[in-house]
Amino acid sequence: MKRFFNTNRVALVATVILGILVLSSVLAPFISPYDPLSIDLDRIKESPSITHPFGTDNKGRDIMSRVIYGARVSLSVGLLAGAISMTFGLFFGIVSGYFGGRIDRGITILTDLTLAFPSLILAIGITVVLPPGIYTVLIALATVGWASFARLVRGVVLSVKEFPYIEAAKGIGCTKFRILMNHVLPQCIPVALVAMGLKLGGFILLESALSFLSLGAQPPTPTWGSMISLNRIYIHSAPWMVIFPGLAIALTTISFNILGDALRDYLDPKFKV
Amino acid sequence: MTGYLVRRLLLLIPTLIGITFITFLIVKSIPGDPVLGMVGERADPETIERIKKELGTERPFILQYIGYIGLIIKGEMGRSYYTNQKVSEAILEKFPNTLKLALGAIIISSITGIFLGIFTAVKRGTVLDRLGSFLAIGGISLPVFWIGLILMLVFGLYLKLLPPSGMGEGNLIYLVLPASTLAIPSGAYIARITRSMMLDVLSQPYIATARAKGLKDLSIIFRHALKNALIPIVTIIGLDFGSYLNGAVLTETIFGWDGLGRYAMDGILKRDYPVIMGAVLVGTVVFVIINLIVDISYAYLDPRVKVKGEK
Repeated sequence: MKRFFNTNRVALVATVILGILVLSSVLAPFISPYDPLSIDLDRIKESPSITHPFGTDNKGRDIMSRVIYGARVSLSVGLLAGAISMTFGLFFGIVSGYFGGRIDRGITILTDLTLAFPSLILAIGITVVLPPGIYTVLIALATVGWASFARLVRGVVLSVKEFPYIEAAKGIGCTKFRILMNHVLPQCIPVALVAMGLKLGGFILLESALSFLSLGAQPPTPTWGSMISLNRIYIHSAPWMVIFPGLAIALTTISFNILGDALRDYLDPKFKV
Repeated sequence: MTGYLVRRLLLLIPTLIGITFITFLIVKSIPGDPVLGMVGERADPETIERIKKELGTERPFILQYIGYIGLIIKGEMGRSYYTNQKVSEAILEKFPNTLKLALGAIIISSITGIFLGIFTAVKRGTVLDRLGSFLAIGGISLPVFWIGLILMLVFGLYLKLLPPSGMGEGNLIYLVLPASTLAIPSGAYIARITRSMMLDVLSQPYIATARAKGLKDLSIIFRHALKNALIPIVTIIGLDFGSYLNGAVLTETIFGWDGLGRYAMDGILKRDYPVIMGAVLVGTVVFVIINLIVDISYAYLDPRVKVKGEK
């Protein structure tokens, strides 16, 4: 851990930024200067000032508070979608790689098919038919996201299952379940974690894109994507309404991507996802 | 080679079946009457009857699916709920605009991406390399819809150098902002790939030979190294086409570009299901076909690529 950050100063900065983002979204009710939903028609479209550091929107709501609350949606949806995709990817990848045969062929077809769709377009297809909301976004992101994990994990399992220690485990009579859980799964975790590090930024971008298309968490819940979408008609008269939520997305995804890159380089410089 | 071609084309069939099956599942789960979902509520009773017969809502699921494929092959993707225009006609009309935008973006992203990649690879380890690499990471991290709005604000509204939105009767200057926006994430991606490819090639012995012969740096980089690094880069450019389709939905919306993406977005906002499904289907099929072309041309271009099953 210490060595990792010593060689990667930039990664350290990214981690600190992400830590602050997570902390502020958890503590949002205590640290946000205003209620993100409270409307104040006397102070509409005010430019950034000391009382409203990010300015106010067309209904007089404080943009800084809305950005802080928006972090809750983006971070929790991004992290959860990453975790769900990784779990499904691990499951399908291990099953497909270890058992081979028909199961393998079936899962591979499913994987290829999922990857054949452009991600946002598939996510749109799913979100339009399900009732709008955070859970739908999660389902959409996980549906889009699991396949690349599965493909990656399958590759690892294919090589791991030829190792002598697996043979030995079989020889002493371990059950299949035990072999998979205790001997195959641990070998796949590092690869899956690195892949997740590289993909989290993408999940957050996808979430914000869905919100931007009004397919994400529904109003009045503030999300970064929906703030940009709803405020963009005011871009000329009140650009801060669009600039700050976008900066928040950019900061988050850049930090995740830098951290993911550093993690990959640290664990295995040749590893490519 | 012919065998490979045939095999790849045959592989296209299960993929297309899979895609239509998924879109069919989505169509079936759309709230309300699936037939109305396909033809639109304003359709005349005869059309509704005809589609109902062809789709056969009372028949078993699999026959319904076959009916759905039949309709799609005939270009029958329903009509918009709102304008009553045929979805297939609208898509044909808007597709060239999206193609124009995507081509513009590919040109911009390839040129800037490859140059940034070469530059950072040659200046490896310097401050310039770090700056370039940070730019590249920023490029893949920024939300397309936001960067588009910012470009519009700066170049269109503040500096007034470029038209902020619209199509301008085909005037190319209207293409600059939307195409640049669309080009940013893929350009950054290309830069990252180019950098690692160039680093790989530059460390090879024949480059050392070229240096030892006393060739100029520029000649080594462009005539010797880039030539070998280029093939995987070209593949990436092709395979990244999906990001243009994803990006087109967002970019076209922001810049009022009358293409497939904005058509889909309008459909989404109005919950105009035939429009959404048509756009999803066409977008995915185009994506799959382009991937196929790239794969085949890759095998064709690079004699080192061993075609699977051919010995």
